[in-house]
Amino acid sequence: MSSPSARKKLPPGAVILKAGSTVQTETGSWRSLKPIIDEKKCTGCGLCWLYCPDAAISKGKAPKIDYKYCKGCGICASECPVKAIIMVAEGER
Amino acid sequence: MKKVITGNEAAAIGAKLARVKVISAYPITPQTAIVEKLSEFVANGELDAEYMKVESEHSALSACIGAAATGVRTFTATSSQGLMLMSEIMFVASGLRLPIVMTNVNRSLSAPLSIWCDQQDSIAVRDSGWIQLYCENNQEIIDSTIQAFRIAEEKLLPVMVCFDGYILSHTTEPVDIPEQDEVDKFLPPYKYPYPLDPEHPVTIGAVGVPDFYEEFKYMLQEAVLESRDKILEVGQAFGKQFGREYGLIECYQSDDAEVLLLTMGSLSGSVRKMVDEYRGHGERVGLVKIRTFRPFPAKELAEALSNAKAVAVLEKDFSPGSTGALFSDLSGAFANAKKSPLLLNFICGLGGRDVSVIQIRKAAKAAMEAAKTGEVKETVRWLGLRETMVGLKP
Repeated sequence: MSSPSARKKLPPGAVILKAGSTVQTETGSWRSLKPIIDEKKCTGCGLCWLYCPDAAISKGKAPKIDYKYCKGCGICASECPVKAIIMVAEGER
Repeated sequence: MKKVITGNEAAAIGAKLARVKVISAYPITPQTAIVEKLSEFVANGELDAEYMKVESEHSALSACIGAAATGVRTFTATSSQGLMLMSEIMFVASGLRLPIVMTNVNRSLSAPLSIWCDQQDSIAVRDSGWIQLYCENNQEIIDSTIQAFRIAEEKLLPVMVCFDGYILSHTTEPVDIPEQDEVDKFLPPYKYPYPLDPEHPVTIGAVGVPDFYEEFKYMLQEAVLESRDKILEVGQAFGKQFGREYGLIECYQSDDAEVLLLTMGSLSGSVRKMVDEYRGHGERVGLVKIRTFRPFPAKELAEALSNAKAVAVLEKDFSPGSTGALFSDLSGAFANAKKSPLLLNFICGLGGRDVSVIQIRKAAKAAMEAAKTGEVKETVRWLGLRETMVGLKP
């Protein structure tokens, strides 16, 4: 943003012309609570994958959490029908 | 073709001639007849458009934003409380630079509840980033509605066309209705540069972090300021094609005037008559009418008013604790000016109160006195305000 010409390159209305730009913003550092999956309890039902608002959980048996993007909202732990996900203080585990 | 129609019909026919593709609105007095007419046009096949019924004005404008983002010509209409409910979304529309056209039929704001005319509603959203055009008569309504789409689409800015409730909305006047093929030539099909399209995904309405927000707001400021030239260009092109030219302001008997009356909207018609009367008596009184309130035509006004000795600003709005909105903007137009006329502010016609000849004469008289003495006794005055209320016991 150093010159008027740089400003002229911004699209009017702040439209982002390239899809998928959200991945540039790593939101994992926002987390104060961290979800941990107990693989022994997990049935692979996929509800955590479905509910995760940041699409930070993979699908299938023994789902993986992408901690680069997980904000620690806890929805997965709350929705898990077999209580296979617990929330621990960030930095504890 | 000339037809005798109401202001509301003029707005509806203007939108139809512009071949709008999506209309979303919610009924509110005194605007309802516009969308009633448009829904009729859609229902009977005269207009090929999607008429979206919604549950509020907030939703109406939100629907227009979604529609406009797909790249189609979009229209809505509202008044007063409806405009207030839209106000949150108005800033989104301008921030996203979506060229939506809205008719606002000027009506006062509650409380006390009033369905009658003043201009407080559109003045309240003057900072929303929308271009605001005001109309004096029904001919200007249809003409400005057609022009609004071209201005909006060529500058990527939303435009409001405002006119006075009842005084114009429900009053019939002969109006020259442009032919469809002529309007088609004037207003080519619309192409938005970043349409929502699953084949080419874009993000609309992303977060503006502090590192970027200010630049986007400055871009909006630049666009609204630059739209001044576009409004002039479109007004001249319209004049060439249809014989009625439009600008930012209109001057009437103003060149040699010592006293100028400055107005906006239908009141200009009454003041024009008064100017004729004064001229008949040899008094050098003139009228300057504001058509474009946003962008504010500061340069044009400073030029048009600089040779007058006194200017009386008559307006149907006020900012509690300050002056009328027109007056404060006009004062700003003379900031750092080497030469400025004396400026007087008259608040009038609130909540539908008739602005009578007697009131206009009072304003003109005060301005003439200021012109003669070089002094303004009272900067802001309320015209027609009663000191005693008949039938009210103290």
